[in-house]
Amino acid sequence: MTRGPGTWRRYWVTFATIFGKEFRRFTRIWVQTVLPSVITTTLYFLIFGELIGGRIGPMGGLPYLDFIVPGLVLMAVITNAYSNVVSSFYSSKFSRYVEELLVSPAPNWVILAGYVAGGVARGLTVGATVMLVAMMFTRIEIHSPAVTLLVLCMTAVLFSLGGFINAIYANSFDDISIVPTFVLTPLTYLGGVFYSIDLLPGFWQAVSLANPVLYMVNGFRYGLHGVTDIPLGWAFGIILAFIIGLSWFSLSLLRRGVGIKS
Amino acid sequence: MPPALAVTALVKTYRGGLQALKGVDLRVDAGDFFALLGPNGAGKSTLIGIIASLVTKTSGQVRVFGHDLDQDPEAVKSCIGLVPQEFNFNLFLPAGEVVVNQAGYYGIPRREARVRAERYLRQLDLWERRDTEMRRLSGGMKRRLMIARALVHEPRLLILDEPTAGVDIEIRRSMWAFLKDLNAQGTTIILTTHYLEEAESLCRNIAIINDGEIAERTSIAALLGRLHTETFVLNLKGRVTELPSLGGFVLNHVDECTLEVEMNREHTINGLFDALSRNGIEVLSLRNKQNRLERLFLDMVDQNHADARGAS
Repeated sequence: MTRGPGTWRRYWVTFATIFGKEFRRFTRIWVQTVLPSVITTTLYFLIFGELIGGRIGPMGGLPYLDFIVPGLVLMAVITNAYSNVVSSFYSSKFSRYVEELLVSPAPNWVILAGYVAGGVARGLTVGATVMLVAMMFTRIEIHSPAVTLLVLCMTAVLFSLGGFINAIYANSFDDISIVPTFVLTPLTYLGGVFYSIDLLPGFWQAVSLANPVLYMVNGFRYGLHGVTDIPLGWAFGIILAFIIGLSWFSLSLLRRGVGIKS
Repeated sequence: MPPALAVTALVKTYRGGLQALKGVDLRVDAGDFFALLGPNGAGKSTLIGIIASLVTKTSGQVRVFGHDLDQDPEAVKSCIGLVPQEFNFNLFLPAGEVVVNQAGYYGIPRREARVRAERYLRQLDLWERRDTEMRRLSGGMKRRLMIARALVHEPRLLILDEPTAGVDIEIRRSMWAFLKDLNAQGTTIILTTHYLEEAESLCRNIAIINDGEIAERTSIAALLGRLHTETFVLNLKGRVTELPSLGGFVLNHVDECTLEVEMNREHTINGLFDALSRNGIEVLSLRNKQNRLERLFLDMVDQNHADARGAS
């Protein structure tokens, strides 16, 4: 099939259909998708920020509550972008309605883009809501809106891709909770959400540098407060490298039909 | 015009070594209503899965209306509508949204998709159920919805894998009428079914697949022409305790009021009734003992199994 303007219009309609379906899905069940993160982060702000934070003192040159805001917002973005794609795509595999897409002329990259866009939309929706909650506890002046938004979007893309790969390999609903529990949560908690890596001994500082979440949290912290443990260029470079690598891997899985074709 | 489907030397070996297709060659002409029959595990669903891009082939070639599946998969997929054997819906979506979304996957803008969805949902008596969640539809409604979903992009080749499995007679008959009409309008249809009566009354040509190979590919008429004998069941007005001898007809007792008559193609039903009347036997009703195609199909499969045992 030759690719003319009609083809690109067709791709756009397909992308918009997948994205629209995903967007309607998570907004329809907002009590399950948006609300839990808002409640959890509100508790974090209340306990770690208000109650304990006052006794901890400044961190990285910022009041402790201000210091944890970027990490908590990013944690909500990461969790929601990931879980949106992993649960939605795995459900489509489990109930076999992924076949609706597989029999259609939708190219693999459009299918991937549609699901990732759905994950990004949920990640940003929840991230924005958590940010509004944070504003009830502290005054936030965004140092660099462009960096803030870029880091948020790139992080959401990266973890949506992670969720997609998890869904491809998952054989049961248990499999889609293993990675968030045993990989995502430790990486996030050890990614400098609650502390500056300057507090760590030299060896653990070096180990922390292998954690991709550290770069995202610090990139976002720079965007909000102009403070970071990591050079900004490094943060963007690492996130971009992960996005390219995971995109390539996801497309390769789709091309080979891993987990979705016999 | 290129054939609707041309399959050449198609092989599928699953991981674990099971060879589901052993070099299948098959051609279905444009405009045909084609039956694909075979016992369970013969390779029908694998063949359909490969054509519809749900199963990856090991080797061989698939061309749909001249488009090669390897070279131009998007063109091939655009030509095909698939009605699978198993339900494959998001059960929590309304019926109408399932059809509109499917149109979107084929690049049909939402406004046009809604128009088409309405057309096919009305034709299949589902329009009143458009806002009902899939899980709340009956089995027959889900089957019809799968047809509407497969047609919404107006494919030139419609493949139906057991489309009437589990639906009642009335709905089955209405689906047959719908499919006949669709075929008359130019859509090529490939049908797999276990209801051989369905294949006999709908299809013009047939392929029988057995053990991963095409055992037969001919017209339904030619296949039925091979039947040498037919068996009828007669319900009698009175009791018959001793079977009379009727030249050319083989009679068997089912019970005292029911007889089975086996007759070859040289004899006529009139001849049978004449012979029965001469012996004072009155008949209340008559029916075929077995679907004719079913009998041929079973003979063919039995013969293949016998050949396979002989070869080993």
